[in-house]
Amino acid sequence: MKRASDFFDRYAQWLFPLPALLAIAVLIVGPVLANFYISLHNWFIGLPPTFVGLDNFQEALADRRFWNGVRNTFYFTLLAVPIQLVLGLGIAVLFNREFPGKGLVRTIILLPMVATPVAIALIWALMFNPSLGVLNYFLESLGLPRSLWVANADLVIPSLVMVDVWEWTPMIALILLAALQGIPGEYYEAARIDGATGIQAFLHITLPSIRSAIVVALILRTVDALKTFDIIYVITGGGPGIASETLNVFAFKTGFQFFRAGYSASLLIFLMFLVLGVAILLNLARRGGK
Amino acid sequence: MTPERRELLKRTGIFLLMALVLIVMLFPFYWMILTSLRNQVDNTSPVPVWFFQPTFENYRNVIRENDFLTYTWNSFVIAALSTGFGLVLGLPAAYSIARFKQNGLALGILIARLTPYITYLVPWYLAFRALGWIDTYLALTLTHLIVGMPLIIWIMISFFEEVPIELEEAAYVDGASRLGTFFRVVLPLSAPGTVAAAILAFIFSWNQFLFSLVLSGPRTQPVPVAVFNFISYGQIDFGGLGAAAVLITLPVVLLTLVIQRWIVTGLTMGAVKG
Repeated sequence: MKRASDFFDRYAQWLFPLPALLAIAVLIVGPVLANFYISLHNWFIGLPPTFVGLDNFQEALADRRFWNGVRNTFYFTLLAVPIQLVLGLGIAVLFNREFPGKGLVRTIILLPMVATPVAIALIWALMFNPSLGVLNYFLESLGLPRSLWVANADLVIPSLVMVDVWEWTPMIALILLAALQGIPGEYYEAARIDGATGIQAFLHITLPSIRSAIVVALILRTVDALKTFDIIYVITGGGPGIASETLNVFAFKTGFQFFRAGYSASLLIFLMFLVLGVAILLNLARRGGK
Repeated sequence: MTPERRELLKRTGIFLLMALVLIVMLFPFYWMILTSLRNQVDNTSPVPVWFFQPTFENYRNVIRENDFLTYTWNSFVIAALSTGFGLVLGLPAAYSIARFKQNGLALGILIARLTPYITYLVPWYLAFRALGWIDTYLALTLTHLIVGMPLIIWIMISFFEEVPIELEEAAYVDGASRLGTFFRVVLPLSAPGTVAAAILAFIFSWNQFLFSLVLSGPRTQPVPVAVFNFISYGQIDFGGLGAAAVLITLPVVLLTLVIQRWIVTGLTMGAVKG
């Protein structure tokens, strides 16, 4: 018994993380490698696969629907993330002060991002409803024309962006709020004595101090926005037509509605490299800027 | 304008802006609850009905006619099992990263966070189909581990780093083994963190949709998938949807209140610190 415990103590550094490493190997690394293998085959779920080399990748590059997915993925991300960043910064600055009920407010801010995405998507779908939805009622109350929201091919992505902004701006706000609270108050006092205006203090003290937190929030949100699935699939299913079909949703349908596992795997390899590539680029930009 | 009046105006403006932000954040939840308490006639009125006699009919229908309790039980079993396994695998790994500074392992977990979940799903589906594991708790527990274990590891790294190394060294001097020290010194000291990490893993398994959508079946369907199917096949029962949405969200909100301090750490996976 003593032996076993000595053995464990000597190799503790490797034995402690071993179970997690095995799980990661089986559940994460294995599937990612298998995905490459599957992508080289014409593989209908339930039928025997045939090796086709890079045919799936060539097919993707010539597929109008693939490029539509790429375009929608970028459109969604490039619209959603900057809006969230600006609003998140504004909210963080706004709430970075003492006021009664601070604890309660923090809890309220958490709710959109922890609530079950399917439940959120369902409620937004009801609010978007062109004839009965409450959003059109608000537009009319303000004297604005009604909108088709997610039923209109041109408005569907901006509408979905609204949901994403509502859901995830709070996370950016909370990250930046934590960063703001780390700025020593003396900085602002010194600036005030030097006669700096509020805007000058914001530009020369606040922004530089939370720069790294802003970049972290930017990276996290960009990566997650590129992968958005739940709200798009539940609210529109990629429609109307394929107007809101992102790469993620297209790969999902290819695999689990059309049962083309091989083609789906090749689409997912594109998506994976896209996400990892963007993450690495943004991270390099963060380091380079320092 | 006197300085006092300007100050007052500024304060009022700030107060109104804060109120606006909170109203926008809360509105969908308010609408969810309102929809769940209105009958179908009020819910389908072209002008929103703000005041009405609340009815619990929708809740009764959803729970009784849609087997909601079975789906809730499924969600609970899957979330509890995957959280349990996540703790067993994740706690020693997090301790190891904290004590032995295993940044490579930490990076591996970060990459798992970056990779789109759906990338794992095609191979999993093919493998689970071949093994006959589709529509089993086993398949759902294993896959939900991918969601929970990294959250647990990331939160626990910072908790384990705060355990004074002197306490561990004192245990070694008394002849305790590494494993004994981990169980009798380190874990008890980080119990609050373990609870927070476990609740967070539970919430994210409860919220998981994609894996359950593909890998569950009639016997193991968790609530989010069941509710999604209920809108796809049925007619639009607004009140029923509202009630279902409230019932899914309620446990999450209650658990969130307990661990609110740790949620951002869990979601950002420690990235802010590093």
